[in-house]
Amino acid sequence: MLAEQNEFLLQISEQDNVYVLMRALPKGARLPLGEHTIVCETSLGLGHKIAARAIAAGEKIIKYGAPIGSALRDIHLGEHVHLHNIKSDYIPTYTLDEERSYVSQS
Amino acid sequence: MSANPEFQGYLRQDGRKGIRNTILVAYLVECAHHVAREIVYPFRKDGAHLIGFGGCYPNQYAFDMMSRLCCHPNVGGVLLISLGCESFNRYSLAKRVKASGRPIETLVIQERGGTLSTIEKGRAWLRQTLAALEETTKLAPMTVNELIVGAICGGSDATSGITANPAIGRCFDLLVAHDASAIFEEGGELIGCERIMAERAVTPELANEILSTMEKTARYYTIMGHGSFAAGNADGGLTTIEEKSMGAYAKSGSSPIRGLLKPGDAPPRGGLYLMDVVPDGEARFGFPNINDTAEIAELIACGAHLTLFSTGRGSVVGSAISPVIKVCANPETYRRMAGDMDVDAGRILEGKATLDEVGQEIFEQTLAVARGAPTKSESLGHQEFVLTYKTFEPIGPACLPL
Repeated sequence: MLAEQNEFLLQISEQDNVYVLMRALPKGARLPLGEHTIVCETSLGLGHKIAARAIAAGEKIIKYGAPIGSALRDIHLGEHVHLHNIKSDYIPTYTLDEERSYVSQS
Repeated sequence: MSANPEFQGYLRQDGRKGIRNTILVAYLVECAHHVAREIVYPFRKDGAHLIGFGGCYPNQYAFDMMSRLCCHPNVGGVLLISLGCESFNRYSLAKRVKASGRPIETLVIQERGGTLSTIEKGRAWLRQTLAALEETTKLAPMTVNELIVGAICGGSDATSGITANPAIGRCFDLLVAHDASAIFEEGGELIGCERIMAERAVTPELANEILSTMEKTARYYTIMGHGSFAAGNADGGLTTIEEKSMGAYAKSGSSPIRGLLKPGDAPPRGGLYLMDVVPDGEARFGFPNINDTAEIAELIACGAHLTLFSTGRGSVVGSAISPVIKVCANPETYRRMAGDMDVDAGRILEGKATLDEVGQEIFEQTLAVARGAPTKSESLGHQEFVLTYKTFEPIGPACLPL
């Protein structure tokens, strides 16, 4: 099941259009991805996902070979795939992000 | 598979065997909680465990849960603490425990002179019963095929579904190969997995039961307006309930699904079982399980001797009725909270171990705990317990194919 790509990235199933980060990466980190090099736009935590290819708005996000939600907008290769650009096809996801950013700013 | 490893179990009158010999002190309404807690406190590391039901209105599910827990094979005796005016049927519960051959006492605070004298009497009963317990309980050899093992995940992150859950799945495959019973729970955390799960059912009728259970689950959580997804899950890299579900599903391993249980139903024979925790009928009483602890109690009520608990963010909960083995998915969390974790599955991410190796390690830990080795949460004295209101219809024959 663990079809390892390199020491940073994991593709769990061959059908997946996302990679899982095997370690946390700081902002600006450079990741080799095939013939491309991805530059991290933000710091990314262990276990977070990046796009393994360009994903169009409305397309399913595939992880474990199964759909885990849909893209809210176009996602480019190597982009962080998270709640800002994908959504559940079942029940909306709850987070404390808004309140937390308010607390950390004030 | 190799020969069944053998260990000593505590033999109960109904023929079932336990791996612990715990005395339960159970309050029958929140008003009796303080007295019950005070009775347990000096004996909390000597085999006494507090459980209870807070509600004053009667509820069949809560009664059945209390009754299953009080007659669990890991339980050697029961002390009921009643205020006196609550609706919980203490007579019926005491009768059942007595019929199971266990020592039982009921103390009614209103009839025993109030708080202090009830605490005093309760402690005296507990001291005496604990002292006599090892002598009065029969021992019998027990083999791994007699074990019932539950699995749950809590405090999940994106590593849970890559390391700890599939490693627990490997352990489940080993347990099933030894003809033990393995139960994985279904909070709202299998939403999105319904079709692949139904394909693993041993009969088409069971597959239909699984599909309709999952429809009920999705409907129920939609009415609640909130999936089984906590804010910390997203911080840990998870995005949607489907993603969390796929990771959670991995802990079921790869064995065929032999049956669908509801809380309190014991697996009739070895094999892999799914536990449906979502109430039947219209959505009442709020969330199916308000937290992980409520789900652990339900696995125990199904007869689980111990529970495998996968965590990425780092959960610390436990039980002394049926010990909880913590399998830590995230290597960073393991380093921060090693004192709470029994297995370091994050080694898989660091390339230091394979899924099969960690699965084997969890299996061996399971046997060690069955032989009496305390888990981390057990040593630390964790005894979280929650029981709330629910409504269930009994399972039909399609749920447990012969």
